[in-house]
Amino acid sequence: MTLTLDAPRIVTTRPLVTLRDVTKTYGDVQAVTRVSAEVFPGEVLGIVGESGSGKSTLLRMMNLEDTPDSGSYTLDLPDVQGNLFELGRFARRMLCATKIGIVYQNPHLGLLMKHSSSGNVAERLLIAGERRFSVLRDKARAALAASEFPLERLDAPPIELSGGMQQRVQLAKAIALEPALLLLDEPTTGLDVSVQALVLDTLKRLQQDRNITMVIVSHDLGVIRTLADRVMVMRRGEVVEAGLVDQIFQDPQHPYTQQLVHAKL
Amino acid sequence: MSVTPQSLKTLSRAWEPMSYGFLDASAKREIRRKMIKAVAVPGCQMPYASREVPMARGWGTGGLQVSLTLIHPNMRIKVIDQGADDSVNAASIRHFLARVSGAPTTLDTLQADLIQSRHRIPEEKLNEAQILVLQVPNPEPLRPVQPNMSIARQMHADADYGRMWLQLYEQIVRSGRVMQGASYPSMVNGRHVMTPSPIPRWDVPKLNMAQHLTILSAGREKRIFAVPPYTRVEPLVFDDVPYKVEEHHDLTCSRSGAKGFFMNEIPQEDGSSAYELSDSGFGVKHIQQSTGDAVTFGKTWYENGEMAE
Repeated sequence: MTLTLDAPRIVTTRPLVTLRDVTKTYGDVQAVTRVSAEVFPGEVLGIVGESGSGKSTLLRMMNLEDTPDSGSYTLDLPDVQGNLFELGRFARRMLCATKIGIVYQNPHLGLLMKHSSSGNVAERLLIAGERRFSVLRDKARAALAASEFPLERLDAPPIELSGGMQQRVQLAKAIALEPALLLLDEPTTGLDVSVQALVLDTLKRLQQDRNITMVIVSHDLGVIRTLADRVMVMRRGEVVEAGLVDQIFQDPQHPYTQQLVHAKL
Repeated sequence: MSVTPQSLKTLSRAWEPMSYGFLDASAKREIRRKMIKAVAVPGCQMPYASREVPMARGWGTGGLQVSLTLIHPNMRIKVIDQGADDSVNAASIRHFLARVSGAPTTLDTLQADLIQSRHRIPEEKLNEAQILVLQVPNPEPLRPVQPNMSIARQMHADADYGRMWLQLYEQIVRSGRVMQGASYPSMVNGRHVMTPSPIPRWDVPKLNMAQHLTILSAGREKRIFAVPPYTRVEPLVFDDVPYKVEEHHDLTCSRSGAKGFFMNEIPQEDGSSAYELSDSGFGVKHIQQSTGDAVTFGKTWYENGEMAE
């Protein structure tokens, strides 16, 4: 098979992300049940499912914001070892600050709304120990430019920006330290169609330019089809079907996946 | 039913002698223990059960409790408020301390064993035998960046101070310079960030590797922290944006003629400004010297307007 830019970019057999039997309950509610998954370097994994299917819970656990009842999570990186769910608070925080980037559906969760946009990006660099103002400024500007954020609004606080611009600031913040893994939780929900297309273009270009490994959660199959290489379909906390994006969209096997795909089409 | 009018005197309890230094023994024991802990972990805030003292919260009750715990009859006390020995608050606290302890008082920094201060560190250097007690309104340097105090404590535990620098970054971006005038966040012993109480930026370098013990106490917030002698105190700065003190180097005191020290600005009717030494005891010494009195000056932290080595 000849690899082209648009072809799947799986070039190694060692997964970057490995999740094994991850289970999470909230009281009587089984949010995630024995989910296992692998994400390979440079790959984009899409997670789809209806509201309450457990996809965002799984993403939060991958960002180490939440701890599962059982299961393991490893990242194949030189200085990261063992089950990440067993890390202490500080190690988790440092790992998330330096190796994992996240874009939330709600920008209020990911941004300091009254600080400058560049300051939001700089915060991530500061956590990683950067203490030179000029370097912070340059790197924040570069990350915002890569996210196609208008640089004349470099120091505008996110609260004064549109939803699409806020998502770009989140994206710049997430990629500022060139993370090994980028998590996207419904990054285009709530945006109008034209802005949605621009954000998706930016994500696609970033992925191609930097070969970032991404996990994207969305209930919008169009978004998943545009970005993802592989898809995992979740329902009531369980993975009901997984496979290459074309395979899932053209030949869905599970009745629920068929329902999703046909509902979209 | 008729009500017999009662005077305040009849309603009040008769005067009885209290414990030495006003506070009871258990209160002093607790504060002593917390001070020892604070000295052992420089810059780390230690909680304590701040007691009632005959003064409103926010007027120096934290400093007063530390002074009352440390005081003994042979200790000479100096109290200053914004550098002045003669402000109402400083005079009241000084009289109270003297009354409940029998300790002598002084206006001269060199003669004082214990200096309780609000918002200033004297211009003359303190020595190893002296103790500086600073009154602190808000002991938590993370409060402006993290209003949740539980999370702020976790941040201290993790030495997670990135947001303190973010605050400085925002000030430079918005105003072109660091705007933090007082309570400048400072790293103590390379580990804990503390607020050095609302002393001006001019005074913060005086804490670095100082010979004296500094105890900072917040009565309302119930926290004690300390800078032991010969401890590093470094204001948070970016590597490429140097720390700057107030530009008082060239100002001359209109009353004493002293130059190169921290001044109070006195607006004049013609719109101009006159300046007076903020450290009033130090200013009085200069005036006494100019009238021919024999006075002894100690070494000063600043010489010719520059921080001395």
